[in-house]
Amino acid sequence: MLLPRVMPCLLLRGTGLVKTIKFNDPTYVGDPRNAIKIFNEKEVDELVLLDITATIEKREPNYNLISEITSECFMPLTYGGGIRDLHHIEKILKLGVEKVSINSYAVENPEFITRAAEAFGSQTVVVSIDVKSSPKGKNETYIYGGRKNIGLDPVIFARQMENAGAGDILLNSIDRDGTMKGYDLDMIRRVTEAIRIPVIACGGASSIEDIGKAVKEGGASAAAAGSMFVFHGRHRAVLISFPKYKELERIFN
Amino acid sequence: MIVIIDYGMGNLGSVLNMLKKVGAEATISSDPRILVSAQKLILPGVGAFDNGMKCLTKSGLIDVLREKVLRQETPILGICLGLQLFTKMSEEGSFPGLGWIDAETIRFQFSSESNGLKIPHMGWNELTIKREDSLFTGFEASPRFYFVHSYHVRCNNQDDILAECFYGINFTAAIRHRNIWGTQFHSEKSHKFGIKLLKNFTQMT
Repeated sequence: MLLPRVMPCLLLRGTGLVKTIKFNDPTYVGDPRNAIKIFNEKEVDELVLLDITATIEKREPNYNLISEITSECFMPLTYGGGIRDLHHIEKILKLGVEKVSINSYAVENPEFITRAAEAFGSQTVVVSIDVKSSPKGKNETYIYGGRKNIGLDPVIFARQMENAGAGDILLNSIDRDGTMKGYDLDMIRRVTEAIRIPVIACGGASSIEDIGKAVKEGGASAAAAGSMFVFHGRHRAVLISFPKYKELERIFN
Repeated sequence: MIVIIDYGMGNLGSVLNMLKKVGAEATISSDPRILVSAQKLILPGVGAFDNGMKCLTKSGLIDVLREKVLRQETPILGICLGLQLFTKMSEEGSFPGLGWIDAETIRFQFSSESNGLKIPHMGWNELTIKREDSLFTGFEASPRFYFVHSYHVRCNNQDDILAECFYGINFTAAIRHRNIWGTQFHSEKSHKFGIKLLKNFTQMT
């Protein structure tokens, strides 16, 4: 049977991997090339790699680093960060990346999602949506690494992106990021009930049970996590791990 | 030398990366002179059927491929859209396929009770191997592979089916007809299972 996809979400800052808490306080967790090799050995389903400073620094993706990563990445890879042109996507795909994730630029230029989907197929285009709750508990969409509130409900934005041609939505909770308090299931459910394309839940996972809940209760098609796969124990020692296939089978059945 | 056919469609880099990993001598090329000298061929592909046929026609490689595959019987492996292009036609488009295998490419149709199944079929799924073949030498009972597709191949000759997969229905996941192999899944992104399968392909004589 088809198991929901479970994917480590790795954050690139410069040439190193970091893990954030609520999109702040980046802690260095290792070299991306090394981490990818370990995830290979652990037979990970799929990987997401997001360059979290490319857009803010107004630069293109680091193609050299991506190429070094893909030469050792024998699983599907989604790359995000700094993509603002079809040529950027073309270059990235040529290096052996399967999908690209677009965040800030999808808000600034929704038409770009349509053109990317037409050129490379919907299955190649992921739109990532970063969500934070207002003090009154309203879900709001943010861009520029959580710095700018665009004043739009993620449900409405997700629908717009589905119509624009996105193949997946990577739905990130800023409030839960790095907290390991579990996924924001209510927010995930609101989005998954509103659209038909797959939603990848992200933000807050601490255990395989959380992942099961994101799928069964949240309606997500896939679950991504950061801290859970790179930290170990209460003192957050860096140690890469990934659940065994049998455990994933158990949690989803 | 294994030649990965570059006709402007598909994730050629991943295929080359994995062939390097298994220690095979391989190159990406759209040069007919290089294709002629190939000991084995790989036809990858991601995207729409008509666009695939259009690109293949435009590449001017169809004649040399026919000579290699149909006359010289050079082993060829089609991946995803590459496999679908081997069939006679696809519901996705109006162009005829290469017609090298007696099969059609059809869209997933789900009955009401399997509602909720999303198209494309995307993610890791298990195979049921239907018959012995050098492509699956040394595999455990139900290996897992990575799939991304909305269309699948329906073989008219049951003997051509090497493996099936279940997604709402049982569909053909791997085929072999003489020197022509094809997989609907992406071995190049299926870590240890994909490494093994591509190694089998590179080592078969």
